[in-house]
Amino acid sequence: MEQTTHRSAAVRDGFGVGLAVGLSGLAFGAAAVTAGLSVPQACVLSLLTFTGASQFALTGAVGAGGDLVAATLGALLLGGRNTLYGLRLADLLKVRGPRRLLAAHGVIDETTAVSLAQPTSESARTGFAVTFASLYVTWNLTTLAGAYGTSFLGDPDMLGLDVVGPAAFLAILWPRLAKSTELRVLAAAGAAIALCATPFLAPGVPVLLAAAAVLVVMVR
Amino acid sequence: MTLWWAIAALCAGCYALKLAGLAAPQRVLEHPAVRRFAELVPVALLAALIAVQLFTEEGGLRFDPARMAGLGAAVVALLLRAPFLVVLAAAAVITALVRILTG
Repeated sequence: MEQTTHRSAAVRDGFGVGLAVGLSGLAFGAAAVTAGLSVPQACVLSLLTFTGASQFALTGAVGAGGDLVAATLGALLLGGRNTLYGLRLADLLKVRGPRRLLAAHGVIDETTAVSLAQPTSESARTGFAVTFASLYVTWNLTTLAGAYGTSFLGDPDMLGLDVVGPAAFLAILWPRLAKSTELRVLAAAGAAIALCATPFLAPGVPVLLAAAAVLVVMVR
Repeated sequence: MTLWWAIAALCAGCYALKLAGLAAPQRVLEHPAVRRFAELVPVALLAALIAVQLFTEEGGLRFDPARMAGLGAAVVALLLRAPFLVVLAAAAVITALVRILTG
């Protein structure tokens, strides 16, 4: 009985997070087309990359007229945190073979957060699967809607869509910044490094350079 | 490198990064420096992205009152504990209003 309760709580958590966060695919689709990507390009990113921060990072750098190699590296560096989520989830999910290949695509911020919040490993697996499925479907449908809708607008900047990406990053960071002075210092240092480097380096590179702020905080 | 190649590289790379974590030996995570790096890197990168997208244009620093107002609206929405999409909408609407008002 208790097992069933845990599992239905995991299903509820998964759907809640999946649907709410999935809706922000609208913002991604809009931001991608605003940055100059085509509708198919925006959709392929959501289908196959399926990790929001990296997607926003690539389109943001493209929109700024950045060097594509630096833009891709910056987006990949952001995707690196999914590796660390995977390390933590491997023990919980215990997936092998073809199922592991499928589960890997779902290793992102939201699925990790829901899985780690569950009291048992069985409900963690349920939470992972439900969050992954509901977020994947919603994120891709809303990407298509956002990209297609925006492609009809003459000048998306007039609608303020260029601030949607930065606002999304701020909202993702906010809970962590609110809790820790160290992280606020790190964020300020990262932002300062990137801004100082911008006039001198190719677009995309200053963001990579900001990772140096981590070394300063870790050594301290 | 065309945009499609960048997209293909990002898709393949992001998937490989995800799979590497699920398939890696567990003892990697036991290293405290790895855990700490994992926690800190996204914060520095996301903060840098916010700064670059708000305060620069075409390789130079630029102060845009409309984008500043949008950022301010996002901060107010976050302080009021607004849901994610409300934060994004507030930022976009305020930026658009300032652009309309200032022509």
